[in-house]
Amino acid sequence: MSNLEGLIDPGSPLYERRKGVYPKAVDGFFRRLKWAAMAVTLTIYYVTPWLRWDRGPYAPDQAVLVDLAHRRFYMFAIEIWPHEFYYVAGLLVMAGIGLFLVTSAVGRAWCGYACPQTVWTDLFQHVERAIDGDRNAQIRLAHSPWGLEKIAKRVAKHAIWIIIGALTGGAWIFYFADAPTLMRHFMAGDAPFVAYSTVAILTATTYIFGGLMREQVCIYMCPWPRIQTAMLDEKSLVVTYKDWRGEPRTHGVKKAADEGLKTGDCIDCTQCVQVCPTGIDIREGPQIGCITCALCIDACDKVMAQIGRPRGLIDYCTLDDAAIEKAGGTPKPVLKTLFRPRTLAYLSIWSAIGLAMLFSLGARTRLDLSVQQDRNPIYVQLSDGSIRNNYTIKVRNMEARPRKVVLKVSGLSDARMWTQDGGRASASDEVEVTVDPDSVLKVRLFVAAPSKGPERQPFEISAQAAGTNEKGDSDTTQFERPEHEEDEE
Amino acid sequence: MVENKRIDEPTGTQTVGHEWDGIEELNTPLPRWWLLTFYACILWAIGYVIFFPAIPMLHGATKGITGWSSHGQLEASMNAEAKRRAPITAAIAATPIEQLLANDKLKQAAIEGGRAAFKVHCVQCHGSGATGSKGYPNLNDDDWLWGGDIATIHYTITHGVRNPDHNETRFSQMPAFAGVLTPAEISSVVSFVRTISGQQQPNAASARGATLFAANCSQCHGPEGKGGRQFGAPNLTDAIWLYGGDRATITQTVMKSRFGVMPRWNNRLDPVTIKMLAAYVHSLGGGEAAPSAPAANVKP
Repeated sequence: MSNLEGLIDPGSPLYERRKGVYPKAVDGFFRRLKWAAMAVTLTIYYVTPWLRWDRGPYAPDQAVLVDLAHRRFYMFAIEIWPHEFYYVAGLLVMAGIGLFLVTSAVGRAWCGYACPQTVWTDLFQHVERAIDGDRNAQIRLAHSPWGLEKIAKRVAKHAIWIIIGALTGGAWIFYFADAPTLMRHFMAGDAPFVAYSTVAILTATTYIFGGLMREQVCIYMCPWPRIQTAMLDEKSLVVTYKDWRGEPRTHGVKKAADEGLKTGDCIDCTQCVQVCPTGIDIREGPQIGCITCALCIDACDKVMAQIGRPRGLIDYCTLDDAAIEKAGGTPKPVLKTLFRPRTLAYLSIWSAIGLAMLFSLGARTRLDLSVQQDRNPIYVQLSDGSIRNNYTIKVRNMEARPRKVVLKVSGLSDARMWTQDGGRASASDEVEVTVDPDSVLKVRLFVAAPSKGPERQPFEISAQAAGTNEKGDSDTTQFERPEHEEDEE
Repeated sequence: MVENKRIDEPTGTQTVGHEWDGIEELNTPLPRWWLLTFYACILWAIGYVIFFPAIPMLHGATKGITGWSSHGQLEASMNAEAKRRAPITAAIAATPIEQLLANDKLKQAAIEGGRAAFKVHCVQCHGSGATGSKGYPNLNDDDWLWGGDIATIHYTITHGVRNPDHNETRFSQMPAFAGVLTPAEISSVVSFVRTISGQQQPNAASARGATLFAANCSQCHGPEGKGGRQFGAPNLTDAIWLYGGDRATITQTVMKSRFGVMPRWNNRLDPVTIKMLAAYVHSLGGGEAAPSAPAANVKP
């Protein structure tokens, strides 16, 4: 195209301004469901960092804390160390499979009810209605000339949005540090820079995405609308305009009936379009912009009640059922479509991962030992003729209290071991070390054994909390000796 | 540019108005903010060019008004690191070497610092694992010529061994017995030494050697051949040999003697580094508690 003008000019028909979306307030079953989802999700988000959980004097008492500095993740009774990151990975896998499950069962319920973009956009729209009024008032205000009233309303609205954005970003940082302490520092102005920058960035993104961009995020930025097409099948619930019932759209039903014309239930009142938060017309069929929030169902049901027609002209419906209904049959019960091989497979994988993680959480030891043989030197000749090998030992004490840990050697006859602190004088077949609460002790262990023996002998070092019968941990390693030279004269 | 825009029937979308071989393009407009974001990125890039080094020149590149450079960043982080270490370095400098190991934090810092310094200054002779080689002591074991407590190690590193130009250096010299004893006598002494080190059974030769040893060697190596640290005289009864414990090597040692030299480091390294090196060597497994006592022969 030689016409570069059109490409670089934002005003050209190749580019499209955002059309204002002014969703009308609506009430109904799904709206109330959305309120509930919003209340639950926002409460979880804002309240969680402030929950306390007593872990004794050596660990933070915040119920949910991502401690990046010490690389610990606390979640109520569970504490995760970096090497146990597979639990987090498992949670992410569960979240992914959970999305598959929900999507294959009830369509884009995530998008419509639980997605942060949806929840915050919804919140911002309520703020907008509180200040500017409902849809019609909003449109009037948008097209009215700038005056004192309009300026005041706009300032108020954007100020409240920014405050909500700041609270959102603010809540985020409390997951990464002790909330009350950070709050004090934050207000006093001596919190770390990263706290302020995080709040600033999240405030900006919340304000821009929730206030200014809204449905643009869903339609142009988010991958989920694209991915979901691969997850839906003919048995997934999607919001459906039952065109076989609604078409042809008829304004004057009575008049048309008198004239003997075919009438549909849709009276073209466009309520479904007016309440839609992404500003689409669901009557055009399933489309990428539909986040299945079902507000159009609420709006349409109200109208159907007013004109005395059965509810559900727009309704959650599967593609299969749509075909059956079109042909005049009765659709399958919802439970039957919900529990079908595909969803059951997702559900079983999802629960299997969950159960496996719970099981391994219950079974994991909070004492962990890893032994690494020093490779340079492999062995040291001692003056009394015995051979010493050196090992670097890491003892992880994953409990929030200091612990004495006994290290023992087994499978190496006449072995003597000692640490640098103890010195050789303390050599015996076991060594006691003290590990700080919730931390890793790295210690060099010297193990000496007679020079008679195999050149390479596997043996085991075990660790157990002193004076207890708790299950400890052990690690297998090697003992190396020099090649034997027989130089008897 | 021929404009023949029309509405496409099946999709209800306008075409952009051009065609190649009958292929037309629908105009599904991009959101305008997309293009505006692109312009914002261009502005951002211009800002980059103004603020940061950007445009390559014959020599170097444009500087940018912030004066930032990756070298500068490295220097700043190195300085920050030096600053971060300053308190611990100062503490090590202020701590007498005998007490360095008492403070766990200082000890760890010193050992790690020593590990790094050792890799630079010492591995050439002592090896990367400090295992030494023929003529260069293994620093991992429990056998010390001059002593293995940290203060003694520190002195050895500071002043070196047999430095010709330094009067505080550790010094001793074993006589060469090639002209002093006859070859047969030397052979007997070697037999005796190999007997006390447990490498061969006593026999007539070693019995003769015992007498010669008492007369010629015991002043330094002790009546039982257990060595003496005041002269850096090796213990001849243990399993560790600096040059080798086989007959030929011991014979050569007795005939020609040995004169191992280690440079002094007090004229090359700063005191803190030397302390760190002493802590590191002491940590390798053979370190002794002060005051140095001869290692008891612990039965393994």
